Amino acid sequence: MARRGTWAAAVRTPVGACSAVLLALVVLLAAMAPLLWGAAAAAVDTDAIGQGPSGAHPFGTDSLGRDLLLRTLVATRLSVGLAVLATAIGAGTGVVLGTLPSVLPRRVGRLLTAVVDIAVAFPGLLLALFLAVIFGVGTQGAVLAIGFATAPAFARLVQTLSASVSGRDFVAAARIAGVGRIRLLARHVLPNIGEPLVVNATIGAGSALLAFAGLSFLGIGVQAPDYDWGRLLREGLDGIYVTPVAALAPAAAVVLAGLAFNLVGETVAAVVGVRTRLTRVAAPASPAARPAVPEAPADAVLVVENLRVAFPGPAGWTVPVRGVSFSVRAGEAIGVVGESGSGKSLTALAVSRLVEGPGVVTADRLEFAGKPLAEASDRELGTALAMVFQDPMTSFNPARRVGGQLAEVSERHHGLSRRQAFARAVDRLAAVRVPAAERRARQYPHEFSGGMRQRAMIGMGLMGRPKLIVADEPTTALDVTVQRQVLRLLARTREAEGAAVLLISHDIAVVSQTCERMLVMYAGRIVEDLPAGSPARHPYTRALLATTVDLDTDRDRPLEVIPGRPPEPDQVPEGCAFAARCPLASDRCRTEDPVLEATDRRGHRVACWHPQVTVLSGQSHEEGAA
Amino acid sequence: MSALEFDAVSVRYGKLTAVDGVSLTVPAGQVVGLVGESGSGKSTLARAAAGLAPVSAGRVLLNGADVRRLPRRRPLQMVFQDPYSSLDPRMAVGESIAEAMPPGTSRAGRRAEVARLLELVNLDPDRAAALPGRLSGGQRQRVALARALAGQPKVLIADEITSALDVSVQGAVLNLVREVQRRLSLSMLFISHNLAVVRYVSDVVAVMYLGRIVEAGPAAQVLTDPKHPYTRDLLAAAPSARRNLLDDASDDPLADTEPADPHHPPAGCRYHPRCPIGPLVHPDRTVCVTADPAGDAAGRPHSAACHFAATHPTRRSA
Repeated sequence: MARRGTWAAAVRTPVGACSAVLLALVVLLAAMAPLLWGAAAAAVDTDAIGQGPSGAHPFGTDSLGRDLLLRTLVATRLSVGLAVLATAIGAGTGVVLGTLPSVLPRRVGRLLTAVVDIAVAFPGLLLALFLAVIFGVGTQGAVLAIGFATAPAFARLVQTLSASVSGRDFVAAARIAGVGRIRLLARHVLPNIGEPLVVNATIGAGSALLAFAGLSFLGIGVQAPDYDWGRLLREGLDGIYVTPVAALAPAAAVVLAGLAFNLVGETVAAVVGVRTRLTRVAAPASPAARPAVPEAPADAVLVVENLRVAFPGPAGWTVPVRGVSFSVRAGEAIGVVGESGSGKSLTALAVSRLVEGPGVVTADRLEFAGKPLAEASDRELGTALAMVFQDPMTSFNPARRVGGQLAEVSERHHGLSRRQAFARAVDRLAAVRVPAAERRARQYPHEFSGGMRQRAMIGMGLMGRPKLIVADEPTTALDVTVQRQVLRLLARTREAEGAAVLLISHDIAVVSQTCERMLVMYAGRIVEDLPAGSPARHPYTRALLATTVDLDTDRDRPLEVIPGRPPEPDQVPEGCAFAARCPLASDRCRTEDPVLEATDRRGHRVACWHPQVTVLSGQSHEEGAA
Repeated sequence: MSALEFDAVSVRYGKLTAVDGVSLTVPAGQVVGLVGESGSGKSTLARAAAGLAPVSAGRVLLNGADVRRLPRRRPLQMVFQDPYSSLDPRMAVGESIAEAMPPGTSRAGRRAEVARLLELVNLDPDRAAALPGRLSGGQRQRVALARALAGQPKVLIADEITSALDVSVQGAVLNLVREVQRRLSLSMLFISHNLAVVRYVSDVVAVMYLGRIVEAGPAAQVLTDPKHPYTRDLLAAAPSARRNLLDDASDDPLADTEPADPHHPPAGCRYHPRCPIGPLVHPDRTVCVTADPAGDAAGRPHSAACHFAATHPTRRSA
């Protein structure tokens, strides 16, 4: 169903519409033209030999007086048909050559791979010419020649794609289940590489068409009395100065048909997800009016009011962040917890101005260091806001030394000389306790372990004087011992630099160990703003705490679970989003959306119609973390 | 009789020795938990048992028989970490499950068995026709478990099966695995980097560091009275809502040491560059740098690969 909708949407785009029209035209001509005009195009008219364009013959006639317009149209079937046939041969041979190495004994497989590698090194047309001579002049020889000439490229593509599929766990699982090699290939590997193959074959058909025209043009393709565009082009070229249209008509046909194949390939690629989406929708609906939020404290570094992040989808806008309001005071450590899809990472990206199009960020107020975030210059943000990501391998440039990447911040934003900047980078690396900072600064990111990379990332944030460090799952990819090091480093950095920390984590234990306040997010909203030491009051927060497994969990009882799953961002129900999973939900919860309201003077806020008051067992120790 | 036994197993990839002479027994009907940091070789050990990684030395025995001599369908199945990559996106989940069944079952028999397995893992049997894309991460992991059970295994390997899941789902999957293991009295190798999860599931706990097992023993003993300093460090670093991060050892000189590079394992004891009771803290303990404690580990409590395992009786306050 969804697929059908995507195809319809794809055809409505300019590229999709063009490709659909062109393809329909080519297919229609290939099917109908020989039936309608086949005889007329072959009729010799000795009274009209080599004429220019006229009313009777819009594109003129050839040396036997045959109508060139009709001949060009009729030649569609042979030209396109042969190109498609050659592509089918090429793709078919390629699939066999590409998959055989994984089925054959290892040595034979390697030999075959080597042969394909060598064949790929030759230009396709050269190979086609070579093969055309071997297979003999004529239509059959040319089809085989072009088919086999394109086969190595397909074989290589199949090899690469199936290697990446074979590395995935479902293939390993099938192997453990005892599935044989051939069945593995047929059931698991080939279906999962089909889409890119089809896309490439479609585009390949365009090239085959061109190659075929080339061979016929050279006289080693289609032979008289048959004719395709290549032959027409060759015949027309003799008289190009007398009647240019005789050569231009078949040339234009080749271009149009080639274009049709390529555009169809592009459209297919867009629909099957090889390229980016094509959807286009109107601007997101204006945010619903939300009640006023408490006055932001005077020393707030970050003020967020009614923040919404929306993404266009096939069926209108989805809003993964639906009106989030909070503020971060100078030097404060705030944790954001929630399940995947709760909108916590998007909130972090939005306050760092890193949400990229087509995502749209709106807010009643979004201020950093007393200024609207949208107006802050890159330089201000670059020095006052530091960002630490989950995977520092992807946030460092792998081809540049770590020290140089840190130094760049100061070169660009502080106007330091290269040497001064590098010295500062070494100093900052030492500050984040990277051992032998001077030496490590000259190393590349891959020479750092995960924990050290994360330190260097924090060090990069410290090249300026950050007022806020946004850390998005900074320790999720790390081991517990290294996690503790990085969390301690964040805490010390906060102390030493007076920077506030916004720590996003799925791990409620990590957050309660490090933060003074915890924002609990669910389905794009903050459901509880919980100061450390206060007992949780929202049923979701309490359920999250209860499901956490730690070293004191009772082994003899089943673990606590939260039944159900969070709503999809495009299907958030009316009323409280958690109602469907909540043991305390009443009719009011299912119809009225609870508002995040303060419950005490410490700033504890809860969005729930039935907030709980009893202290959870085990929570009393939390005071120690406050 | 033991169900799964690793007998001095090594796995090498080129110059990297991912698993170095590991001996470990998963007794029949018991759960052995394997913990360690990423890169310690836990997953490689599991893949060696499943025939997915080459065993370059030693043997993996399944009920006493070398797994390399077993037929293609073995009584050993595995559940993988990432439920988004362990199910074929093009295959209905029922088909994935049926594929793992022993050959010779009739079509109707397969369908009935798929329904039974889906119910066993608390999924609606109507889901058999669904593609994995329609299921949540937790539901996919249940399907992966059902597929593993379809092979009628005696031994189940669970490789980080909850680390890609949210906490709210993790509990349900762990409950299910524990229940299924008990009901079918499976032998299970349960791999996780999360000590708390391993503690909850396992009867026996083994701790792995840089390709070696450094400590192994009954779960309750290893976790309350660890003998190897690395196990103690792991326990201390486990995040807990009830302990402050900065409370303990705030300026430990070893707090910022880097994990060793598996391509160049340190000489002597592999943990000595990070060890709080090793030569960095006690300069007289040169034996840690010169002698490998793995050799005579079997004679120490919990088979600890530590020269000073017996001298530090630190008991963790419960």
